[in-house]
Amino acid sequence: MSGAAVRRRDPGLAFVAPFLLVYLTVLILPTLHGIWLSLHRIDIWGDGRFAGLANYSRLLADPIFWQSMVNTIFVTLMIVPVLTALALGIALALNRATRGAAVLRGIFFSSAILSVTIVTLIWRFILAPDAGLLGELWQVAGWTPLPFLSAPGFALWALALTTIWWSIGVPMLLFLAGLQQIPGDLYEAAALDRASRWRTFTKVTLPSLKRTTILVVMLQTAAQLQMFGQAQLLTGGGPSGASRTVVLFISETVFGRWELGYAQAAAEMLFVLILGVTLLQYWLTGRAGEGEGNGR
Amino acid sequence: MAANAASSRNRLPLAGLIAILLGAAIMLTPLLWTLALSFKANAALVGNSAAALSPPWTLENYAAILGNRLTLRWLVNSFIVASGTTVGVLILTSLAGYGFARLEFAGRRMLFLLVLIGLAIPGQAVILSQHQLFAFANLHNSYPGLILPGLTTSFGVFFMTQYMRAIPRDLDEAALLDGASHWRIFTRVILPLTIPAQSTLAVFTFLASWNDYWWPLISATRSEMFTLTVGLAAAQMNYAQTSGLGYLMAQAVFASIPIFIVYLIFQRQIIAAMAGTALK
Repeated sequence: MSGAAVRRRDPGLAFVAPFLLVYLTVLILPTLHGIWLSLHRIDIWGDGRFAGLANYSRLLADPIFWQSMVNTIFVTLMIVPVLTALALGIALALNRATRGAAVLRGIFFSSAILSVTIVTLIWRFILAPDAGLLGELWQVAGWTPLPFLSAPGFALWALALTTIWWSIGVPMLLFLAGLQQIPGDLYEAAALDRASRWRTFTKVTLPSLKRTTILVVMLQTAAQLQMFGQAQLLTGGGPSGASRTVVLFISETVFGRWELGYAQAAAEMLFVLILGVTLLQYWLTGRAGEGEGNGR
Repeated sequence: MAANAASSRNRLPLAGLIAILLGAAIMLTPLLWTLALSFKANAALVGNSAAALSPPWTLENYAAILGNRLTLRWLVNSFIVASGTTVGVLILTSLAGYGFARLEFAGRRMLFLLVLIGLAIPGQAVILSQHQLFAFANLHNSYPGLILPGLTTSFGVFFMTQYMRAIPRDLDEAALLDGASHWRIFTRVILPLTIPAQSTLAVFTFLASWNDYWWPLISATRSEMFTLTVGLAAAQMNYAQTSGLGYLMAQAVFASIPIFIVYLIFQRQIIAAMAGTALK
């Protein structure tokens, strides 16, 4: 700190105070209040008395909650690896300074600007069994159209497909940005060594993209574990709960049955799951990186 | 966007080219399908959506949207909420970023840590309590009620702080020696240097706010306070009783136009900013 700055009385707190005021009232206070709610029995009969961990033990014995938890984890596992690999492949293919590549980058990003309402509206009429686009194509191919949105075996895949289509843009941009940051001399050195294209890819490109890949996987995992709009609007969680996600479970519990404390307990469980998965990924990648020299 | 030596040297193999064009077709087909449906009379589409591919096409769905006062109201609401959130975020995060990055005060580290904790709090863990809090403060079905939760962006503060930290110290020290106040240094010296960061944060905040679904869904319960995103969902759920397929698709196209314009204007900025800051 310079002498000049120390001599003045610093108004630093005044600069951060407006944000902190909003942040504490609208985010931190509700976070703490949410934990408090989850320990109470608050529902339409409204006695609101302290219930300890009763909501949590009820959740652990609730098959509908477990089904939604399994669905959420399953759909996340369906989406994240595919999305990451696709985004990397597209970024590798489009990381060039041609006009065509620029247009294609725009096309692959275009779905990311749509809201979930519009994405599900579009996909509902692609996946609709009788008059949907996929159904029409199916019939052209001579197959019987399948009820993609209402068959138990298909509903989660329909959510995954829609979500991958919708979410490809930002991971692609992140990978493009990562590729841009790889120093050119690494490739020149590889070329001098007469390294094959595949060897250059595995020895230079992939290791340099490690941080980007971690970022993409962590962001997407956290996002997909919180999937809500697609499930609510595309399948309604059905058929018979086969595509109900945890956030949809929470929403139904509050706004359908008004069991606030119970829903909040489910939210805290998901919070812990997301935090746990994120920390685990962080820890695993940190350990994996310890052996290597990181030149950056 | 300038490709580095790595990329421009390699030509895309034919299989790669075919795959990428196929991928682009998969990205585009649903959008073009939507566009085609939106130009068809609703009656022509009943039980036969393939009719979208052949004329006659019509503008009647768009005329119906422009004639619907509620849809226009939702558009205005979305603009007010997304712009209000964007302006609010820029003001709050710039101020906080300046404080955290360039000033020393008691508790600075601890408060910054408190802000970073927010990065780990998922929306669904707080949304029910926020709903109660806003009900208590009588803020539901109001613009402040729709805007306030969007202002608690830990990421924005983190982003601004990182950006302002990278600006050389000599600039404000020289100004301090000249007797300038911190407020003056903030507005005259630092802020003008953060324009790239401001516009990036603005685009992402605007996009996120425009497309936000869950909070406006539970906070705005009166239809005249819906945002476009929520209004469209309501229309979608009533699809069977009320509007036709062509009309719904026209609504989807209509709702995407403003955000598409924002994207076209700022797309270079988005890519450049991601390359420059998101990965630091």
